[in-house]
Amino acid sequence: MHGLQEIGRVLLFIFEVLKAALTPPFYFSLIFRQMLHIGYFSLPVVGLTAIFTGAALAQQIYVGTSRFNAESAVAGVTVIAIVRELGPVLAGLMVAGRVASAMAAEIGTMRVSEQIDALVTLSANPFKYLIVPRVWASVLMLPLLVIVANIIGVFGGFLIATQKLGFNPGSYLTVTVDMLEATDIHSSLVKAAVFGFILAIMGCYQGFKSGGGAAGVGAATTNAVVTSFILILLANLIITVNVFGS
Amino acid sequence: MSKTPKISIKGLHKRFEGKQVLQGLDLDVMAGESVVVIGGSGTGKSVLVKCILGLLEADGGTIHIDGVDMTHPSARARAEFLGKIGMLFQGAALFDSLTVLENVSFGLIQAKNMNKEKAAEIAFEKLTRVGLSSEVADLYPEELSGGMKKRVGLARAIATEPKIIFFDEPTTGLDPIMADVINDLITECVKDLGATTITITHDMSSVRKIADKAAMLHDGKIIWQGSQRELNTAKNPYLRQFISGSSKGPIKTIGVNDG
Repeated sequence: MHGLQEIGRVLLFIFEVLKAALTPPFYFSLIFRQMLHIGYFSLPVVGLTAIFTGAALAQQIYVGTSRFNAESAVAGVTVIAIVRELGPVLAGLMVAGRVASAMAAEIGTMRVSEQIDALVTLSANPFKYLIVPRVWASVLMLPLLVIVANIIGVFGGFLIATQKLGFNPGSYLTVTVDMLEATDIHSSLVKAAVFGFILAIMGCYQGFKSGGGAAGVGAATTNAVVTSFILILLANLIITVNVFGS
Repeated sequence: MSKTPKISIKGLHKRFEGKQVLQGLDLDVMAGESVVVIGGSGTGKSVLVKCILGLLEADGGTIHIDGVDMTHPSARARAEFLGKIGMLFQGAALFDSLTVLENVSFGLIQAKNMNKEKAAEIAFEKLTRVGLSSEVADLYPEELSGGMKKRVGLARAIATEPKIIFFDEPTTGLDPIMADVINDLITECVKDLGATTITITHDMSSVRKIADKAAMLHDGKIIWQGSQRELNTAKNPYLRQFISGSSKGPIKTIGVNDG
């Protein structure tokens, strides 16, 4: 029963956010500031995650395929695995860990220190001023981060394949490009936008409803990360099954 | 002075998870009047103000501002109401991410659609009015002392020259001298603006300095109200105990007086 009530509250929150997102005033400077915070400052963590994972993935695929003398599949399987799954999921999880927690902590602190109440008394709608810029920025920046994660992840695989496993650089890149289909890229970007929406909504929701002082803000931060992770993985499964399941 | 109250509250009820905080509260505030609501911690003083401001939804009763029902207002009526109020929060509630100048200009830009330059000009005036120099304008709230935060909060509350101002525990956490400075500033600023004010506090020195009328909140109701002069002569035992600050009396205190 409590779980259903919570789902209802989240859905009502999303409805309020969508209503606020589509009606003026729009705080473009705040959206831009959040885009910088979410996008640009997440580049190092996303890039490092992608390159290490891409390299490890290529190594594992090589080990597996070499048992069947199918080493030539390394480039193709690596690019498909990264673009379809690992790029968006890892970027989504890393950004959720970094950004959703920060959103929950910042908005939660504003809640318990009455700054959100102050916004209302100063004629600013907290949804438009606090939540919408974060949601827009997250939805817009996650696809860009995923493009970067995909490129760097493939590059990680390329590095290990050409520097350690003895692949020819030209052939590796040719196979990589040949194996990639438009659907792979589209699904990757759709996933990214959905993950961006999820992490921003969960970060903002947990912060917005937090209470009970520092402990409440701490709980909100934890809940934001945990719920974002679970919902991102669930959404990934649903999109993957729908796009590639048939 | 108009016969219609500026703020009229009738039978206000508010409940939180099994605890009835307000139970049939009645209060009228006339235009230009300064009403101070006193009462112990946890008696619902802040809840009362939050219900008037619409930050909390009342479970029952009515709230009229200038004769307009604000219990369940339309979006337009609420926007108009918010455009004519100011609020000084207990902890000042300054926006951490904005400078002092941006905090004070915030309401002018949001509520009055003023451009940044004009809003900054007025914000500087208000900062000067509360005794702060232009040197603090570029500081962030974390760089200010408690007294300075209250001054900035007061400057922000009066920046839009509101008709109604709410003060939530304006002197809590301040030393007695700074508390007196804030009380003086509140009195002067309110007089300048001719505003109607509701102050909630448990600081009797604030009551004596600010109030035209005092009202005591206990058990979710206003159990006594009267003028500053009547405050000293009233026989209400709850009020007498509160003013004297004694643990002995009809107001129950956990572990000290259960009778």
